Amino acid sequence: MNVLLWVVYPYLTIAILVGGLIWRYRYDKFGWTTRSSQLYESTVLRWGSPMFHFGILMVLIGHVGGLLIPKSWTEAVGITEHTYHLMAVFIGSVAGFCTLIGMAVLIARRRLTGPVFAATTRNDKAMYAVLTTVIVVGLWSTLRANVVGDGYDYRETISPWFRSLFYLSPDPEIMAGVPVGFQIHIVTAFALFAFWPFTRLVHAFSAPVGYLTRPYVPYRSRDTRPGLRPSRPGWEGPPRAPRAQRKPDRTRR
Amino acid sequence: MRVMAQMAMVMNLDKCIGCHTCSVTCKQAWTNRSGVEYVWFNNVESRPGQGYPRTYQDQQTWQGGWVRTRSGRLKPRSGGRVKKLFSIFANPKLPSMQDYYEPWTYDYEHLLTAPAGDDIPVARPKSLLTGEDTKITWSANWDDSLAGGNEIAAGDPVLRQVSDRVREEYEKAFLFFLPRICEHCLNPSCAATCPSGAIYKRSEDGIVLVDQDRCRGWRMCVTGCPYKKVYFNHRTGKAEKCTFCFPRIEIGQPTICSETCVGRLRYIGLMLYDADAVAAAAAVKDEHDLYAAQRSVFLDPHDPAVVAAARRADIPDDWIEAAQRSPVWDLIMRHEVALPLHPEYRTMPMVWYIPPLSPVVDVLRDTGHDGEDMRNLFGAVDALRIPLEYLAGLFTAGDTAPVRAVLNRLGAMRAYQRRINLGEPRDESIAAAVGMTGAQMDDMYRLLAIAKYDERYVIPAAHAEDAHHLEQLGTECSLDYEGGPGMGGGGPYGQGPFGESSGTPAPIQVETFHMLRERQTSDSFTDPGDEPRRVNLLNWDGKGRPAGLFPPRRNATAGGADTDEPGVIDTDGSGR
Repeated sequence: MNVLLWVVYPYLTIAILVGGLIWRYRYDKFGWTTRSSQLYESTVLRWGSPMFHFGILMVLIGHVGGLLIPKSWTEAVGITEHTYHLMAVFIGSVAGFCTLIGMAVLIARRRLTGPVFAATTRNDKAMYAVLTTVIVVGLWSTLRANVVGDGYDYRETISPWFRSLFYLSPDPEIMAGVPVGFQIHIVTAFALFAFWPFTRLVHAFSAPVGYLTRPYVPYRSRDTRPGLRPSRPGWEGPPRAPRAQRKPDRTRR
Repeated sequence: MRVMAQMAMVMNLDKCIGCHTCSVTCKQAWTNRSGVEYVWFNNVESRPGQGYPRTYQDQQTWQGGWVRTRSGRLKPRSGGRVKKLFSIFANPKLPSMQDYYEPWTYDYEHLLTAPAGDDIPVARPKSLLTGEDTKITWSANWDDSLAGGNEIAAGDPVLRQVSDRVREEYEKAFLFFLPRICEHCLNPSCAATCPSGAIYKRSEDGIVLVDQDRCRGWRMCVTGCPYKKVYFNHRTGKAEKCTFCFPRIEIGQPTICSETCVGRLRYIGLMLYDADAVAAAAAVKDEHDLYAAQRSVFLDPHDPAVVAAARRADIPDDWIEAAQRSPVWDLIMRHEVALPLHPEYRTMPMVWYIPPLSPVVDVLRDTGHDGEDMRNLFGAVDALRIPLEYLAGLFTAGDTAPVRAVLNRLGAMRAYQRRINLGEPRDESIAAAVGMTGAQMDDMYRLLAIAKYDERYVIPAAHAEDAHHLEQLGTECSLDYEGGPGMGGGGPYGQGPFGESSGTPAPIQVETFHMLRERQTSDSFTDPGDEPRRVNLLNWDGKGRPAGLFPPRRNATAGGADTDEPGVIDTDGSGR
């Protein structure tokens, strides 16, 4: 069971993530987009979206720091466990709640704004469910460990296990003793990774950092167009009204 | 000097009757799809009026185009690279759907399915966004021909700039139409604000396009374009814009909007320009100098030095020759009657306009003066400050001198040609008064009044050597595009893995190129000449009765005297 959950499952989901991303990029560049709904509704989005996105970016940085950087390194530069823990809990909670509130605002907006809800696919809804689970469970376990107990040093257990995945010598035994909350968080997170390439979340992988260095106006030659492939996607037939949303489980088509 | 070629357009506003044919045919060709119901790559605005989307010219609000920084460089008005990335999660200056209009359809089905009753059933308007009942309150040309009166016209950002007293003079308001497409700028701010680098300028013909496979839907381009001519497809989550009908241009056909223009007011041709000079010209300090600065960027295709430089830049000879015959060059540089739309946005737009003289002539006629007399016209152009200042607000960043010069030229041409029409001797002094010669007046008159199809549209086809790359020629198997039936895919309108807004594209369906060409240039019925006899009714021009329109007659057993009678449908196929 341990081997299945903490060795086979992570590798499987990562394989799906990588393979899925390659497949999606190869066959569905056109579908690779944020599918922004700002055109329908802007006022609420302008609060919710930056709050969620900046929050989740901070959470990402926290995870990278906590999982990838060994404890011995931070201690070597003089950061004690106590200092690190205080910082992590404080910044992490702020970022976590930013994310949570932002997400709540965005989901409420999505459900309550007519056109936005009409443009929400079944895939989106499933993605929201998984994403919400991951975030809520993660935040909840952290809070419980720190409010009820006196903190849980995941850098002694989860982090070495996570790094061991990358050394290709995974050690499932460490994970057996980790609190259930964290276990659920990790399992759902890997589920999210596997689901990732097939959702709109792929836009995270196209963060436009190249914009900072490229010239303002790109030129491209017609000659580079490969044969009969130039684009005319987006053809979905003549305009048709979405079905009115009396039934909550309607889909786009 | 780095010579580049740019496909450009000039529109003669005097001829626009506001019939919206260009808009409708453009919409049929490009945006009659889900997600772009609200999108008009070509729209015709009434001036004065708010335009589409509403008040798009108010850059204090919408933040489009470029600004000159204190150091004399240009940066997008909506912010530089870093600011763009920080505001990527919610574009603070994106027009909402309501600024365009909420697209709708009608519940036609109800007309058929309503139960019998005393009342006549009605087709209610339904929102295309939610499917719910909706109230129609605005559309792309809601204020057409000054509908809505002073209340709506007063919201015109250009009118507001002119002066306060104008607004009260609605009774004297003048009206003209302004057809707009993407400007295919030399210095496109939509491309500059695209974080993904999906919007690019084609180096061969300067057409600005969105790469649908690279667009990630960050929607900064919508804000970046001061003309608001980049649109967000709300179904696919990708930006779309006017393509200058590049599949047609590549084989020498004019854009759909030009092809179908009833007033024949559009001209298409090449302009050669110095790409190295663009940045400096777009950044001149005084806004009033931008018109002259942009003209200074254009290169004279008749100048041997330019021709040599163009050859060095790999511009083919037939393109150089086309640039020499370009009607756009003549209107902008030789006759100096065309002006750019809003040069103050510093994007160096390449769709130019001949400002309308008709408001001036109308006023003269209404006040009992001779609207064709040169002295009257010159006086009126000066006296009628409202049209002059308004036009300057549109075309020259508020500088009235170039507009006055153009209107004087147009007026002089009227006066000069009327004398000829009435059999009076030519009056060279009229031409000289506006710095032209009689011969040049004749040229200009010919170009503006009677130029034929081939003179209005001088479009060199793309090189023959990569012709098989061009979509409309398509020498490769038309089914062999990726994901097409030839590759085992779903074919046109096929579904991608994630439904309608994903997957790889299908090429456009095209009309037969040679047949279209024939039809445009011949005066009689054109025989498609392709066996077996079939007639594509979409290509049929209604002239004559092409063979194959009706199935072949059965063998002339019943006397067969009346050849005009259509044949009987050949059910067993033996007649072929």
